[in-house]
Amino acid sequence: MATRTGSRAAPKKTVLVTGAAGSLAKRVIARLHGQYNVIAVDFRRKVETDAGIPSYLVELHKRGFEDIFASHKVDAVIHIGRIFAHEKTRQQRYNANVLGCKRLLDLCRKYKVGQVIIHSTYYVYGASAYNPALIDEDAPLKASEVTQDLVDSVELESLANIYLWKHPELNITILRPCNVLGPGVRNTMSILLSRSLVPVLLGFSPLMQFLHVDDMTDAMIAAFEQNKPGIYNVAPDDYVPYQEAVTQCGCRKLPVLSIPPSLPKLVASVLNWNAFFPPYLVNYFKYPVILDGRLFRETFSWRPRRNLNDIFTYYRKQKLSAS
Amino acid sequence: MLSLGSLDVKQRIAAKLVTADIEALVASIPKPVGSFGYDPWGYNEDTFKLALGAAKLLYDHYFRVTAHGLKNIPSEGRVLIVGNHSGQLPMDGLLVGVAAATNPHGPRLARAMIERFFPTVPWLGNFLNALGGVIGDPVNCSKMLDMDEAIIVYPEGIRGSGKLYRKRYQLQRFGNGFMHLAMNHHAPIVPVGIVGCEETMPAVINLAPIAKLLGLPYLPIVPSLLPLPARVYLNFGKPMHFSPAASEAEVTEQVETVKTELRRLMQLGLDERTSLY
Repeated sequence: MATRTGSRAAPKKTVLVTGAAGSLAKRVIARLHGQYNVIAVDFRRKVETDAGIPSYLVELHKRGFEDIFASHKVDAVIHIGRIFAHEKTRQQRYNANVLGCKRLLDLCRKYKVGQVIIHSTYYVYGASAYNPALIDEDAPLKASEVTQDLVDSVELESLANIYLWKHPELNITILRPCNVLGPGVRNTMSILLSRSLVPVLLGFSPLMQFLHVDDMTDAMIAAFEQNKPGIYNVAPDDYVPYQEAVTQCGCRKLPVLSIPPSLPKLVASVLNWNAFFPPYLVNYFKYPVILDGRLFRETFSWRPRRNLNDIFTYYRKQKLSAS
Repeated sequence: MLSLGSLDVKQRIAAKLVTADIEALVASIPKPVGSFGYDPWGYNEDTFKLALGAAKLLYDHYFRVTAHGLKNIPSEGRVLIVGNHSGQLPMDGLLVGVAAATNPHGPRLARAMIERFFPTVPWLGNFLNALGGVIGDPVNCSKMLDMDEAIIVYPEGIRGSGKLYRKRYQLQRFGNGFMHLAMNHHAPIVPVGIVGCEETMPAVINLAPIAKLLGLPYLPIVPSLLPLPARVYLNFGKPMHFSPAASEAEVTEQVETVKTELRRLMQLGLDERTSLY
């Protein structure tokens, strides 16, 4: 099936990376470049890339996407690109994330792509008071119970799961990372911790896990190079309460009344905190979603090399240099 | 300035509660934590020390606990500490926890299983987690036993803690879950007969309909809102080992063995007791 990398006779593999404008994908591309032929794809803009890396502006669920497969012999796809909830409407997000992923997987089958890595999120487990800690990969995905706004994340996963079992030749690996932070990262948590004043729910400080974007890059490269299909949580075995993380990142706390449960949601939507404290994620600032990352760590002999303090220092310094 | 003042008071109280003895005890508890002093369930060493300091005072001077058989709690490795539940408020869990944490034969962090509604209560949920409390989910228990933790289990649940005073020292129906955990994870069961907690909050009647309305497990009419200073006797029995059972009926039989041992241990406490308060 998937040819092993590093064998001298084999020609360079071609890897297509989606979401190329994002900081994680940029790092993944930089790491792959040279050893592999890389194709960069993004739906937001045509990404500036190094010489020798073709770059495309295309939406996955639109027709033009197939042309890339037709004109390049793609051996592997690393699917990172995703529309966050604060970027588009729910319908547009569903089209891009779920239908886009389905189209991607169908094209992978049609053009005999031998490996697919899908970047998912820990949000799929859902934040609930009844969550046990150290959630395994086979735990039910309850995010859609929490909010309609995460349905696309869960659907994308179920879709990838179906293809994982029905089409083993695709060698699908699904990664569910905890909060990824670091320079250039524009996800909700990173935007939040970059702010000087950060909302916290009074009386709630759920335990969280954080991963440096460089460590996540290592994880993605390990998953790609070792090719062991399956579903994996990607998380360190270190934990810190949200409010402690807020303090460590040099943010001031803005306490928000947490009871009744609808109140913080209302506050978040009235004040339009969609980019960094969206109403649909309020539960994740209330209840912990702690992953058991052992399976990935052991299967791929991967360990994060940066600790919590390294991660928080970046946000602290960022504020110092701004002031 | 006010916050500075309260910080100062906090520190002074902390200095009073966290004695050198408590520091030494907690330092010798075999319990790995992350870089900020937390474990995956939210246990936090600093909060635990504070609470242990306060609870030790209650243990010694308010409930005047007499504990026997502490050497039966293994100083390391997985274990389920199984007791009879009583007293409306979980004072029994607190006292067994203090007994384990201050055990001269090897202190342990014994984790209590808390009710599922606690995490939804602001501050209280995080606080109980910081003390080592965890919601009684089988996944949590499995993971903790795999990580060689000590867990306190009351298989009667709220049937035991919420029962009326006229049913004191009568074991209520036991769930079988703890036995499955013990069997599947090869964890010994250390039974503990608890005497005295029934008298800390004797309930005459349970206002079940109002409790239901308020979303509480029960709402008793009690003589005092604070637990009364009853003398408490803890009798820890020898570790019991169980091999996997072939059927649920067999599991229930093994549960009965534990209940019989608990009745014997409770009787020891009742015989030893000369005055209620």
